[in-house]
Amino acid sequence: MSEFTLVVLACAVITYAWRGLGVALAKGLDVNGELFRWVSCVAFAMIAGLLSRIILLPTGALASTGFAERLLASACALAAYFLLTRRNLFVGVSAGAGALVALEMLLR
Amino acid sequence: MITDADAFRRGVREAAGVPAATLAAGYLGFGALTAGNGLPIAGAVFSTLTLWAMPAQLILIEMHAAGAAMLALVLSVVLSSARFLPMTVSLMPSLRHERHPGWQYYVAAHLLSITGWTMAMTRFPDIPVARRLPWFFGFTSVCLAAGTLATLAGYVIADSLTPLAKLGLVFIAPMYYLLVMLTGMRDRLAALSITAGAIAGPLAWMLSPDWSVLAGGIAGGSLAYAIDRVLRDRRLRGV
Repeated sequence: MSEFTLVVLACAVITYAWRGLGVALAKGLDVNGELFRWVSCVAFAMIAGLLSRIILLPTGALASTGFAERLLASACALAAYFLLTRRNLFVGVSAGAGALVALEMLLR
Repeated sequence: MITDADAFRRGVREAAGVPAATLAAGYLGFGALTAGNGLPIAGAVFSTLTLWAMPAQLILIEMHAAGAAMLALVLSVVLSSARFLPMTVSLMPSLRHERHPGWQYYVAAHLLSITGWTMAMTRFPDIPVARRLPWFFGFTSVCLAAGTLATLAGYVIADSLTPLAKLGLVFIAPMYYLLVMLTGMRDRLAALSITAGAIAGPLAWMLSPDWSVLAGGIAGGSLAYAIDRVLRDRRLRGV
């Protein structure tokens, strides 16, 4: 078993623990309390922070793309999803990915 | 009166279309991103099957590829996946029926994702209480199967593409979850958290890549919580 598989397994156990705890504690737990409000804020902020970091300061394969190209491509995805269609995820995602490839092809 | 098998088949049919295809597109990108980060294919597919949580999976592969400390990675996933607790708690009352053995709810909890949760909340009023669990099993198992196969496909396809085409595929995952996240931004609290997090994340990365997801999330999330609380208190006092 590779080290990565072990890390995945640890994360799977953690994620399932929350799900299972939800079933076990379903009765008599106030999920609208202040603690859960804060947890939901942190969860939103973590994924938003990770996504903005991937777009602004990427590692891996995306590190070879230009900063302006990634921002423009993200704008294309947002525009296609929120403005041009009624929130069609396929169109939005394809517009973003297609724009990045096109921009890289034209500008590099 | 419909039978359990009918309800299960109905769930399968309702998932096998736009819901499964949309999830597949996202996980195709996730598979490609994992390949782009140079991580092994088995772990990528295994993570979809066993975590079944896109944000936690994105955190996992990005932090692992960046060589982050194990403790930082684990704590980040603990906080990211904590959102499943209120989701499961809110689903259980409408799923429970005396006919079902208790362990089935624990299986349902694993199959739960934001797609299944949203669909269940929309569809449950039209499904008899006793048939909701089989419907849920049908719907969510198609989603999980589509996500898992798409992860495998995304990884394999990304590895066989030219570098330029691969970039497009790798970019799908962040775009997909960006749109999903913004769609889920229904109130002021979520909007504040996303904005503060989007600023805090890259700043924290520049200070310490290892702890950036966790530190940026806690800093941005707590700031958003505090701002929201001040605004709430003000409204209560009628200022």
